[in-house]
Amino acid sequence: MLSTADLKTKIEAAIPGTTLKLVRESLLLENPNDLLKVARFLKESDLGLDYLSSVTGADYLTYLESVYHFYSMAQKSGPVVLRVRTDRQNPQIPSLTALYRGAEFQEREAYDMYGIVYEGHPDLRRVFMWEGFEGWPMRKDYQQEDSETLEMADVAWLENQGVKVPEPIKAKAEELEKQGKRALAQKPGQPEPQ
Amino acid sequence: MIFGTGILQGLMVTLKNFVTSYFKAPDEGGIFTVEYPEKRLPEKERFRNFPFLLYDKNPENLRCVACDICAKECPPKCIYIVREFDKDGKPLKRPAVFDIDFTVCMNCGICEEACPFDAIYMDHEFEIASADRHAKLLYHRDDLLKSNEYFHKIRPTDASAIDARRREAEEKKKAAEAAALAAQKAKEAAAAQAKPPEPPKPAAGA
Amino acid sequence: MTEKTFSLHGAGDMDTQTLEINIGPQHPSTHGVFRMNVVLDGETIVSLKPVMGYLHRNHEQIAENMSYTGSMPYTDRLDYFNSMSNNFGYAMAVEKLANIEVPERAHYIRIIMAELTRLVNHVSVIGFLLNDLGAFFTPVLYAFREREKILDIFEEVAGARMMCNYLRFGGVKYDLSPEVLARIAGILKKFPKFLEEFETLLTKNEILCMRCQNVGVLPAELAVSASVTGPMLRASGVNYDIRKADNYSLYERFKFRVPLGQKGDVYDRYYVRILEMRESLKILEQAVKEIPAGDIMSKKMVPFLKSPRNFKPPVGEAYARVEAPKGELGYYVVSDGTAQPWRYHVRAPSFINLTILEDLCIGQKVADAIIILGSVDIVLGELDR
Repeated sequence: MLSTADLKTKIEAAIPGTTLKLVRESLLLENPNDLLKVARFLKESDLGLDYLSSVTGADYLTYLESVYHFYSMAQKSGPVVLRVRTDRQNPQIPSLTALYRGAEFQEREAYDMYGIVYEGHPDLRRVFMWEGFEGWPMRKDYQQEDSETLEMADVAWLENQGVKVPEPIKAKAEELEKQGKRALAQKPGQPEPQ
Repeated sequence: MIFGTGILQGLMVTLKNFVTSYFKAPDEGGIFTVEYPEKRLPEKERFRNFPFLLYDKNPENLRCVACDICAKECPPKCIYIVREFDKDGKPLKRPAVFDIDFTVCMNCGICEEACPFDAIYMDHEFEIASADRHAKLLYHRDDLLKSNEYFHKIRPTDASAIDARRREAEEKKKAAEAAALAAQKAKEAAAAQAKPPEPPKPAAGA
Repeated sequence: MTEKTFSLHGAGDMDTQTLEINIGPQHPSTHGVFRMNVVLDGETIVSLKPVMGYLHRNHEQIAENMSYTGSMPYTDRLDYFNSMSNNFGYAMAVEKLANIEVPERAHYIRIIMAELTRLVNHVSVIGFLLNDLGAFFTPVLYAFREREKILDIFEEVAGARMMCNYLRFGGVKYDLSPEVLARIAGILKKFPKFLEEFETLLTKNEILCMRCQNVGVLPAELAVSASVTGPMLRASGVNYDIRKADNYSLYERFKFRVPLGQKGDVYDRYYVRILEMRESLKILEQAVKEIPAGDIMSKKMVPFLKSPRNFKPPVGEAYARVEAPKGELGYYVVSDGTAQPWRYHVRAPSFINLTILEDLCIGQKVADAIIILGSVDIVLGELDR
C-alpha cells in the first residue's frame, strides 16, 4: 500500500486538474466536483479500492465535511481516507451511489443528520428522522427541544385532549410564550443557548 | 437419499431432546429453565443492577461526602446530589439530597468505578417493579442506604478487599498523624531545650 | 422467478392492480420496529422500501456530549446481542486515537469474549431464521439453551448478561479467573456436540432446503459494491474477513479458516454461520489454552478508570473496525483535545447490509422476503442507532 503522500501525487498525476491536500493521514479534495472522477480512479485503477466502507458527515462550524473510507477487498489493503468540504449554507457534494451502491443509505444518513445534499443520489430522503422534521440534528448549532418543559402549544393540545395541566407547568409555558422563547434543552457542559 | 430422511432425522433429535429433558441434568440436555418466583438461581457476585449508598455501622455514618463526581460521570445523568449545610451555612461532608432515578439508570456501574470514597456500589436487588414509576422508582437518600454488612453478604470478595484497603489507608493515615504529632512534640522539646536562644551573631563586617 | 401479472384461468386479459402493504413496524418477522413498504403484484414483490428510524435515539449525538468512557455502556445498546464486540470496536478506535498499548492478556480476553459473542449471535440468528421459516420456536429454544451457558459466563465475568460494559480503553475491566476459563473450556467441549445435533435437525431438512435454496441470491459483485460485510458477504463467495485482512488485536496468532458460500442464497448464509461457529470454537480453544498471565490494563490508562472525565486524547482522528458477528463494525472518532469527542460515528453493519434488501426481494414471494430479511441478520438497536 502506498503512503498517503505517494497516493496524492499518483492521483494528481492521473487526473489533471485535481488538487489534494494532506490532512493528517487523509486526503482532502479541494474541489468537491472532482469527487466522482477521483473515486472512479480509486476504484478502477490498480489501487483496486472496490469497497467503500464508511461515508459520514461532520460539522466543523465553518464548513461541513464528508469523509469516505475506502478499502480494497481484492487486495486486502486500505484504508484510503478521502474528505470533501462544503459550505454550511448550501452544502452540495456529488453522490457516489452510482459507483458504490453501499453509499446509498450512508449518504441518506449524512443528509438526514447534517443536511449535506448529495447530488445525483437516486432517493435522497430522511432515513432516521421522520418526514417533515425540520433542522439537521447532528450539526453543532442544532438546538434541541426540552422534552421536560411544555410550551403553550403543547398545553393547548393537552387541554384539547381533556387533560388538566397543573398550574405551575402552565405558568412556565405562559412565561416562555411571553418572552418569545422556545423550550430548549441545555446541552450538558455547555452554556445556555443564546 | 430418500426424500424425507432429513426431516425424520430432525424429528429424532426433537424426540431425543424431549425424552432427555425428563431424566438428564440441565447441562446434559435436561430442563434448563427455573420456575422463577419459587426457585432462584444463585446470584453471581459481580452481578450489577442499581446502585446503593454504603454506610459503616449506622446510617448516620455514610461514606458519601457529596463530592458530585458520580453525578458528573453518570452517562445518563440519573444522579442528583445536594450537599448538606449546617446552621451557620457551613458546607458539611454529606449529602442532604441524593436521588437516583431508576427509570433512567442503565446499570453501567460507572458511578461505582469513579467513586473515590468507596461510597456507591451496584446492588443485587432487582425486584423493584412498581405500578407508579414516578413516585416509586425515584429513590431518595434514605431508600438507597445499605450497610456494609449487606455489602459483605452480596459481594464478599470485593467487600473484604475494599475493607482491607480502607483499613490500611486508615492505619497509614493514623501512623502519619502520629508521626506528625511526634515530630511536633520533638520540635517543641528541641525548642524548649535550646532555650535560651543563642544570641544573634554579629553581622559580618560590623 | 418471473414477473408475471396475476391472472385467473380464462381471464388472462383481466385488469390487475398492484397492492401496497406495510410489513411492520410491529410485526414479529421484522425483528424489531422496522417497516418494509412492499408493493405486491399478486404474491410477487415488485418493490420494497425499508423504512427505519423507529428506534433512533441519535447515539452519535449522545456520545458527542459525553466523556469517552461514558459512551462505552451506550455501545452495548447498539447491537444488544453482541455487546462485547461493540465494546471491542469502540475501545480499539479510542486506543488508536490516543495511541494506547494493550497488554497481551487483555488482548486474549477480548478475543475470547468476541468469539463467545459470535457463537451467541450466530446460534440465535439461526434460531430466528427458522422462526421466520415457520419452524416455530423449537430451534430457537435449543439455541437459547446454549446461549444461556455463554451468557452465564458473561455475567460472571462482567456483571451483566447482555449489557456487559466490560472493555476499557487499554484493557478490560476485570480479570478472568481460572475457574471461568475452566468453564469456558467446558462449554467448548460440549458445543460441537450441540452443533452436530443442530445440524442434524436442520441442515439436511428437506423443507429448509426447499425454502432456502436459490432464494434471495446475492451475486458477489453486487455484494462488494454495496459494501455488504460479514457472513452475508462470505456466503456470496467473497473471501474477506477483517480478522484476516486487518489482523487486528492478536488474531494473526490463531489458526482458523474463513468459510465461504457458493451461491449467496439464504441457505448459504445459514450454512456459513454454522461453519463460522466451528472456526470460532477453534480460535477459542487456542486462546483458552495459550492465554498468558499478566496485566489486564495498560499502566497508562489505570488512573483514568477512576476519573473518565480527565481522559483527553490528543487532537486527531481514528477509524477502527472489527469483524462483528453481523459484519464490519466501524467506529470513526475525531478528537479536538477535550474530554468529549468532536465527532463520533458508527458504521453499523445491520444498516448497510440492508442497502441491497430490495434487490434481493424483487421477484420473490412475500414469504420469501421474510426469510431474506431473517438471513440478513439485523438488530434494530444498531440499525437505527
